[in-house]
Amino acid sequence: MTSPMQDPNTSFLFGRLTFGALPFHEPILVATFAVVALGGIATVAALTYFRLWGYLWSQWFTTVDHKKIGIMYMILGVVMLLRGFADAIMMRLQQAMAFGGSEGYLPAHHYDQVFTAHGVIMIFFVAMPMVTGLMNYVVPLQIGARDVSFPFLNNFSFWMTVGGAVIVMLSLFIGEFAMTGWLAMPPLSGAEASPGVGVDYYIWGLQIAGVGTTLSGINLLVTIIKMRAPGMTMMKMPIFTWTSLCTNVLIVASFPVLTAVLVLMTLDRYVGTHFFTNDMGGNPMMYVNLIWIWGHPEVYILILPAFGIFSEVTSAFSGKRLFGYTSMVYATVCITILSYLVWLHHFFTMGSGASVNSFFGITTMIISIPTGAKLFNWLFTMYRGRVRFELPMMWTIAFMITFTVGGMTGVLLAVPPADFVLHNSLFLIAHFHNVIIGGVLFGLFAGMNYWFPKAFGFKLDEFWGKISFWFWVAGYWFAFTPLYVLGLMGVTRRMRVFDDPSLQIWFVIAAFGAALIAVGIAAFLIQIAVSIRDRKKNRDVTGDPWQGRTLEWATSSPPADYNFAFTPVVYDIDAWHDMKANGYERPLSGYEAIHMPKNTGAGVIIAGLSVACGFALIWYIWWLAIVSFIGILVVSIGHTFNTKRDFYIPVQTVVDTEARRSKLIESGA
Amino acid sequence: MSTHDMHNHADAHADGHDHGSVRSYATGFFLSVILTAIPFGLVMAGGLASRMLTVMIVLGMAVAQIVVHMIYFLHMNSKSEKGWTMISLVFTIVVLVIMLSGSVWVMYHMNANMMPMPQGMTGQS
Amino acid sequence: MSSTVTHTGPRKFHLDHEPHLPEGDSTMLGFWIYLMSDCLIFAVLFAVYAVLGHNYAGGPGPKELFDLELVALNTAMLLLSSITYGFAMLEMARDRQRQMLGWLAVTGLFGAAFLSIELYEFGHLIHEGATPGRSAFLSSFFTLVGTHGLHVTFGIIWLVTLMVQVTRTGLTASNKRRLMCLSLFWHFLDVIWIGVFTFVYLMGMI
Repeated sequence: MTSPMQDPNTSFLFGRLTFGALPFHEPILVATFAVVALGGIATVAALTYFRLWGYLWSQWFTTVDHKKIGIMYMILGVVMLLRGFADAIMMRLQQAMAFGGSEGYLPAHHYDQVFTAHGVIMIFFVAMPMVTGLMNYVVPLQIGARDVSFPFLNNFSFWMTVGGAVIVMLSLFIGEFAMTGWLAMPPLSGAEASPGVGVDYYIWGLQIAGVGTTLSGINLLVTIIKMRAPGMTMMKMPIFTWTSLCTNVLIVASFPVLTAVLVLMTLDRYVGTHFFTNDMGGNPMMYVNLIWIWGHPEVYILILPAFGIFSEVTSAFSGKRLFGYTSMVYATVCITILSYLVWLHHFFTMGSGASVNSFFGITTMIISIPTGAKLFNWLFTMYRGRVRFELPMMWTIAFMITFTVGGMTGVLLAVPPADFVLHNSLFLIAHFHNVIIGGVLFGLFAGMNYWFPKAFGFKLDEFWGKISFWFWVAGYWFAFTPLYVLGLMGVTRRMRVFDDPSLQIWFVIAAFGAALIAVGIAAFLIQIAVSIRDRKKNRDVTGDPWQGRTLEWATSSPPADYNFAFTPVVYDIDAWHDMKANGYERPLSGYEAIHMPKNTGAGVIIAGLSVACGFALIWYIWWLAIVSFIGILVVSIGHTFNTKRDFYIPVQTVVDTEARRSKLIESGA
Repeated sequence: MSTHDMHNHADAHADGHDHGSVRSYATGFFLSVILTAIPFGLVMAGGLASRMLTVMIVLGMAVAQIVVHMIYFLHMNSKSEKGWTMISLVFTIVVLVIMLSGSVWVMYHMNANMMPMPQGMTGQS
Repeated sequence: MSSTVTHTGPRKFHLDHEPHLPEGDSTMLGFWIYLMSDCLIFAVLFAVYAVLGHNYAGGPGPKELFDLELVALNTAMLLLSSITYGFAMLEMARDRQRQMLGWLAVTGLFGAAFLSIELYEFGHLIHEGATPGRSAFLSSFFTLVGTHGLHVTFGIIWLVTLMVQVTRTGLTASNKRRLMCLSLFWHFLDVIWIGVFTFVYLMGMI
């Protein structure tokens, strides 16, 4: 194989990027581009007209405030959810149509990109940013800290995640995305089978976002270890903080594997090495092995924080301390370690034989035990509690029912002989959507509804929230139950056309389910719009709208830049509940100046240069890659010379802010 | 921890980030030299009669030298950062061992079962 | 910060005064955890070498390629750089800036010598036709050893940056902290190198 550097078809200035790379021949993409371009122009025009660029830059883009960064993560997640869901509904439509000789409406070249992009986007750019966003927002508040341990790194991590998303989105309009499935398994993703730019977009999108994820993992991990309020021992940490701790341990100890394995694939594609090729001693099975060593912990990275959210919500809305706090902590830690011992269940059928398969089958079944223990803890927390069925609690109950089914189908798949039948079928697709939608996504919705008033100072609208809830839950079951049935009948995943007309009805039902979910998503967006419109009516003046139990509810909604005027002191697991029960009074004098980190633009700039570097590498524009890489080095080193990184919030500002809060509380009383 | 650090609270990287001493560095260096020289000498001299024994000695020396470096150069102890550095190290080693031994084990089986075999040996696993 | 709070009388739910956290209190732990994650990158490369390291694809194997004397020399360079960095840290603890910079420069030179020898070895191998694309064994060899070399390169860039910073602003608390982070990084690379010379070179020659 010749190295791409000697490829005669590339020009110096533009590499292999030509006008042919722009998808003028795909009407769907042209229309999408028109919509995106018009929307983009309108947004830019509006921002310019209202002179908001300066505000956005100084207050948001360069911010080191963990709360604002958390909110930006959530916005990124919601925007990418729309893209990922658009892919989903296109697939459902295609599969519902392509029967009886019909080719559907998507050509194979496009359809394959759609299912790959759907998986990549939903995991890396929807679930991950939203989970990270919630952790970022909530954890420092829950542990009584002013910010995270490394505020600049936090900003940088966020922008790297955005950078990865930008790379993936660029592939929509410039060139193409990978057509390999979301894990880009070689030899299909190798240079011979996939010579185009698709896999390169995949690689660099994930690498850039991966830097952000790893760094934010380190950051939150150290924050939880070092920044807890006085008195908050490990076994007095809120359970969401505990699950966040375990999630960040998993991030730090598994994303390096993804980084390394993608580097090896990059070398195979760019330099002509033979790690995962079929010839010269390479072994594609090693890629599968390594990517799942990362891939399985990744699943728990997503679900553990969701478990934390459900624990907080169940406890708050049942008005009781969480049942079995200690067992919940140990179950979480068990899952953290066990998640490194099950990766082979993703490729039982690859042929490792009876001893290996039975070992990993058994470890997989064992992992359902701590998970089951958690479910009983939630049920016993509700038992004899005064359960309030507000939106977060509704999502939690929907989760308990949905996730249990998903967990049980998971245990089915953990049995190697059963997996030999169900592997690569729609049963598997139904299973992991069952746990990711029913677990992670419902958890994120519970979390958003629960913490929204904390972040913005007003509750989310209940009516539209309920509409969204019911459409999502019903939509989920309509969309994925048929896939269980189809999978049991032997229908494999990622098919574009079908021969057997008797299957069509199931795909039509699934498409109907996807339509219901579309309504659910629309209702969610309306819910936010309506809530902003009615923000005065739904104002949370106390800072504690749900009778919460953990420290984040001790401060105002939204919290001041410094989170807490005085560092809280913790005596019990549910610190805020303990404070309320023991006659806590908000201190009204004795304020001091507060030491805070300063905003910086370095993160945005380095992430921007990284996007340029990634784009250049994708298109073999070597000069740009070199220039932008040197740029990254220079800006990074230059940033270390900046010593003016902090400032003090003057006492007067603290006094004024707290006085405003006093007034607000009085207005509600 | 040196007394200097005790006095200078502003830059005290408290709980156990000691800088070591000339003596500890010298000890570490001396041990490392020995633990490097033995395996190199052994292999360059052609190894022992038993290949297995040579491998065990070389690996043993490597493990010993890693421990020496951890203690004398990286100043590892169970107290720094309230034990969190040690916990994270132990966790990393656990993950590392799982990954290394797991990959080797899994891939050994994969290769045995799935790679093309000489004529007449196909059909068994 | 999370130590038990002793209290008398009614419970006090907040601190009256801002707790004085030393600046950069979390940095050393954070950097340590970063090293742990970096260690796992190397773990993957070692695993790949363990699995693919015998796939010569008809090409040359370790016994035809490796020159243990060169590797021993290389190892000596890295080991010497480790102890000179240690001396720099001792001078830092005594606030002797000039001596510390001297030792850092020596460390950087040893590091550069290590890199030069490694590049010479790579050049030699490639010249003999043992390129990274020749076989899976060579792919994993070059990647593992090269990744370590890349780390040393960044270590040297960082070292020079810190020398400039110390020269400009003196041995401030933040500069000391950075020097301690680099110290961890540098010694960590030494530990990885023990794995490399044992697992790749020595085991390959037995």
